[in-house]
Amino acid sequence: MTQKSFHDQHVTQLSPKTEPTPNTQRESLAAEVRKLSFWYGETQALKEITLSIAYRKVTALIGPSGCGKSTLLRSFNRMHDLYAGNRYSGEICLFPENHNLIDLDPFMVRLRIGMVFQKPNPFPKSIFENVAAGLRIQGVQNKKLLSDRVEQALRDAALWEEVKDRLSQSAYGLSGGQQQRLCIARALAPQPEILLLDEPTSALDPIATAKVEDLITEIRHRFTVIIVTHNMQQAARISDFTAYMHLGKLIEFAPTGELFTTPQETLTRDYITGRFG
Amino acid sequence: MRASESFLRRRALWGSFAGGCLLIAAASSVFVTLGIVYVLVTESMGFFAQIALLDFLTDTQWTPVFENAHFGVMTLVSATVTVAGIALAVSIPAGLALAIYLSEYARREVRETVKPCLELLEGVPTVVYGYFTLLFFTPLLQTFIPGLEGFNMLGPGMVMGIMILPYTASVSEDAMRAVPSGLREAGYALGYSRFRVAMRVVVPAAFSGITAAFILGMSRAVGETMVVAIAAGQNPNFSFNPTEGAATITAYIVQMAMGDLPHDSIAYQSVFAAGIVLFVITLTFNLIGFFLRRRFKEVY
Repeated sequence: MTQKSFHDQHVTQLSPKTEPTPNTQRESLAAEVRKLSFWYGETQALKEITLSIAYRKVTALIGPSGCGKSTLLRSFNRMHDLYAGNRYSGEICLFPENHNLIDLDPFMVRLRIGMVFQKPNPFPKSIFENVAAGLRIQGVQNKKLLSDRVEQALRDAALWEEVKDRLSQSAYGLSGGQQQRLCIARALAPQPEILLLDEPTSALDPIATAKVEDLITEIRHRFTVIIVTHNMQQAARISDFTAYMHLGKLIEFAPTGELFTTPQETLTRDYITGRFG
Repeated sequence: MRASESFLRRRALWGSFAGGCLLIAAASSVFVTLGIVYVLVTESMGFFAQIALLDFLTDTQWTPVFENAHFGVMTLVSATVTVAGIALAVSIPAGLALAIYLSEYARREVRETVKPCLELLEGVPTVVYGYFTLLFFTPLLQTFIPGLEGFNMLGPGMVMGIMILPYTASVSEDAMRAVPSGLREAGYALGYSRFRVAMRVVVPAAFSGITAAFILGMSRAVGETMVVAIAAGQNPNFSFNPTEGAATITAYIVQMAMGDLPHDSIAYQSVFAAGIVLFVITLTFNLIGFFLRRRFKEVY
């Protein structure tokens, strides 16, 4: 058989994951961080973090600047491996296979875990090609399948209606908020097992921010999302679980409602009541 | 009140003075260019009064000092284009590979050692490249390529490809390094390999800078004189065969300049006609570069 049909089969095998499945059919955890420590050279940025990531829920990481929330997020797709001198210890287990992400090949990890960055960073290509980029590397070549999945991803990112007539135009013609939603579509298209959002709205205006928050709420039933945010209201609005971090340690982790209404730790209480941070 | 008024007046005066100086500096480059065009055109008027433009462009012989003189400039253009084409055929792949290596793969220490060495190539006098080609490189090539003439276009073209590496590799590397790291991370986050990030993200994003680098190298190759005058021979020869020797436009011009020609002779005037052709070729490449850059404009 040709390579093309192999890849197409491969993709169809993956796609049932996108259908809403009741949680009872699989583990309720998407991943578990176990005693994860991380060093930038000599500086320890994460100290024995242990944290569960619920399957198809939004988990928010909050905390003051320098608390390690972005460092923790970027450990999930091994972005730290791009720069010399970084070191991990501990585990990030991805379920249901129970693979330790820290032991896998970083390029393979990134095929399974999507990421959206603080600043919109579309490629210097057309809107279509931006979204198709992640699909092409996964081996999707069939034109029909490609365009279906690009459309689905753009719909998921609430961008389809705005760009459907200009898919072949440059991504740089879009506004900042649209570019960020395009980046979300690009990350969603390959159906990642976990979607990482690193302060995705910090460069956006309030209206664009609201659109991104809405779309996260829309996709939360189909994707496992981890979001780093410095905006506590945002965490409260869109997440199911919230982890509060301070100086590289996980201070408190609870369902979002509980963490914001009845924080157990003094540090958490001080932070969410605005006493510092 | 008074003090501040005089201060404002002085400041305005200084401002217009500084602006004027900068305008003169900027305008001088335009005037020099216009001056060159003026000289080229007026000096070649006499030439085109005697030689029909059609003959100039279609004749395939260039024999200005013969009794039965022919002025087919395509003879010189063929050699110019062949040599420059070979230079680019060497320099584009080598320059791109080097730039990608330095920008995306090399550790900082390696880059900081290799790049100055590369830029040193620019400091080598071209006459050295010329004799290097004639006495070392061409004999070396002759051991692989039987029938390669002592004067040929292949050797100078290849050496010139190396010679323009400081432009092509170094300037494209600068353009690649200017690509924001956020774009690279976006590629890696999708699971791209290092090579794919380089080819699919960095090179397209740096395209306009890379084009500029190659246009610069191209202009240099077309205008280069010493290497071709020494190693490609001075015999006008309508040929695109790289194993033959042939005089380029620049080689012809330098040959005439060294000779002893009366200023009103047609052979002397032909130098300026050839110069115009050279000018038009370089201008064309610069315009192509300009449009390519506009077409693939990068916005970060």
